[in-house]
Amino acid sequence: MEATKKMTTSTNQTIDWKLFFNKYATPVLLVILISFNVVFTPNFANINTMWNILIQMTTILLTALGMTLVIASGGIDISVGSVMAISSIISAKSLGLGVLPAILVGLLVAAVCGLFIGLIIAKFKIQPIIVTLPMMIGIRGIAQVTNDSQLLNFDSPAYSFIGTYKFAGNIPVQVLIMIIAVAVVYFISNKMAFGRYVQAMGDNYRASRLTGINTFLVIIGIYVISSALAGFAGIIETARLSAADANAIGKLMELDAIAAVAVGGTPMTGGRPNVIGTVFGVLIIQIITVAVNMNNIPYTYSLVVKAIVIILALWARRNK
Amino acid sequence: MNIVELAVRKVKAFDFKKFFKDEGALITFIILFLFATFKYEQFFTVLNFKNVLRQVSMLGFVAIGMTFVILIGGIDLSVGSTLAVAGVVAAKVCSYGVAVSIIIPILIGIVFGLINGILVTKLKIVPFIATLATMLAIRGIAYIATGELSVGANSASESFIQLGRGFVFGIPIPAILFILAIIVAILISKKTRFGRHVYAVGGNEDASRMMGLKVDAIKMAVYALSGALSAFAGVILASRLGAGQPVAGDGWELTAIAATVIGGTLIVGGVGKFSGTFFGVLIIGLIQNMFNMQGNLNVWWQNILMGAILLGVVVAQSQTGKVSKA
Repeated sequence: MEATKKMTTSTNQTIDWKLFFNKYATPVLLVILISFNVVFTPNFANINTMWNILIQMTTILLTALGMTLVIASGGIDISVGSVMAISSIISAKSLGLGVLPAILVGLLVAAVCGLFIGLIIAKFKIQPIIVTLPMMIGIRGIAQVTNDSQLLNFDSPAYSFIGTYKFAGNIPVQVLIMIIAVAVVYFISNKMAFGRYVQAMGDNYRASRLTGINTFLVIIGIYVISSALAGFAGIIETARLSAADANAIGKLMELDAIAAVAVGGTPMTGGRPNVIGTVFGVLIIQIITVAVNMNNIPYTYSLVVKAIVIILALWARRNK
Repeated sequence: MNIVELAVRKVKAFDFKKFFKDEGALITFIILFLFATFKYEQFFTVLNFKNVLRQVSMLGFVAIGMTFVILIGGIDLSVGSTLAVAGVVAAKVCSYGVAVSIIIPILIGIVFGLINGILVTKLKIVPFIATLATMLAIRGIAYIATGELSVGANSASESFIQLGRGFVFGIPIPAILFILAIIVAILISKKTRFGRHVYAVGGNEDASRMMGLKVDAIKMAVYALSGALSAFAGVILASRLGAGQPVAGDGWELTAIAATVIGGTLIVGGVGKFSGTFFGVLIIGLIQNMFNMQGNLNVWWQNILMGAILLGVVVAQSQTGKVSKA
């Protein structure tokens, strides 16, 4: 007995490297990416570059956090970019009501979108990708109609606060927002029963139903959280730019968010949500974008680089 | 038992639920068709039918490939990017003759498809992410190769231009090719060993492997097929526009998935048919045609209505027990 145990430990030790890469592929990739850029990208190792990366990654991170729960439950939500657009434009439109109401209206609109998506998925038992595809098209349309597809500029220092304020003159408000968002989603997925239900549904939907999980409510909860986070991302972006553009905001955001979640190690077929992994995934995606910009490499090359990194990350953890 | 009773029993035996379940796309198409006929005067004309068929044929090729991919339980997001590269290449080589400008892009499409297949089978990356990555990379290639500019087709290559704009017996050539492709796809899916293997792999991959099917090879072939068909769509589009555009096919992957799903193919794989995809493609073409005839709908309202109609069709289908494998 004791001998067998020892033997298994020793075999484990011989393949330790493989296990190590399986488990820590994303952080390792991130470290490689950062080291590479510190050496080769001029001005990369600079505090302003870091703040820039952090400011720019906020929207992807917020959407990707929601997407982590969605993907962990075995679903997918490709409507998040459109939800960003609708809450951005409607929030900016309702600035007449005051700053706080405008933010709340934006969040509410996003949550209602999520409620609608979740209801349809849960009630009619349709695959999430098929539900969120028409929603993606339709919600973007509604967002564009809201202001006749025109750019909506506004001047509201109080509203812009949540996108432009800097603590101690340096630290962007986004850093605080991201820390809170990551903490909340981490708490939901790792400490609350809700998080375990999400994982159970992703692992085995039928079994989770049979064990008495109210899958109906959990599904609705997941998509409300995902949409609300996307809406919040849209509002912050709107505040940062002091303008809402329903055509541009959140375009292709769903792909970046999904890629970040996948790179971060949450299994695409459902299972344990890896919230911290998602943070690493978002950092990787964002650093690629920023580094390509800083090196004056055309945007088009960043597509190819992103593709290669996504494949590398998933290949490294393929045996999981 | 008299003959009337027999007839009644026969009618009762006709399973309406099953009919709706199996032919949802056909029924939706007929409803939309009748609606359009009564609502728009210019709809029921030969010229309009020709135009609609020509317009949908390119989406049709992509959707046929997508149906194969979805049938094996995969998904291919790279089709739009492949279409763009193929169109650009076709426009660049069209002065060497129409055969060259078809074959070379299709070969490129096959290579892209094989790359997808390798990522999915050998590197074991889930299809959504694998083809998302190749979608980005191939689009990048299209931009890089063209400097983000449209590539004009040599105006001397008349036969190449005819491919997209010409007629045979008064029918647009792309429409003829699309209908031929659908017939071939139906035959492959129903009459060949490969077709049965596709359904088997999509239905239960592990069981198929145990039964000795070469699952990886089948998947590779299907992704290659999808790449080839998308490339062919790109060739036709370039021929029709007289130019290969690096932005072409943007978002087509979603439209093709929508057409496939409306056609009754289950997104989880193993269930579906190509006649359904045919009507799925026609439904999308019909909706766009109605938008054009309405005339006063801007593109945003078109998107809202398209989203609502797609959602309605999907929900209606799920109610007949169709898409309910969630």
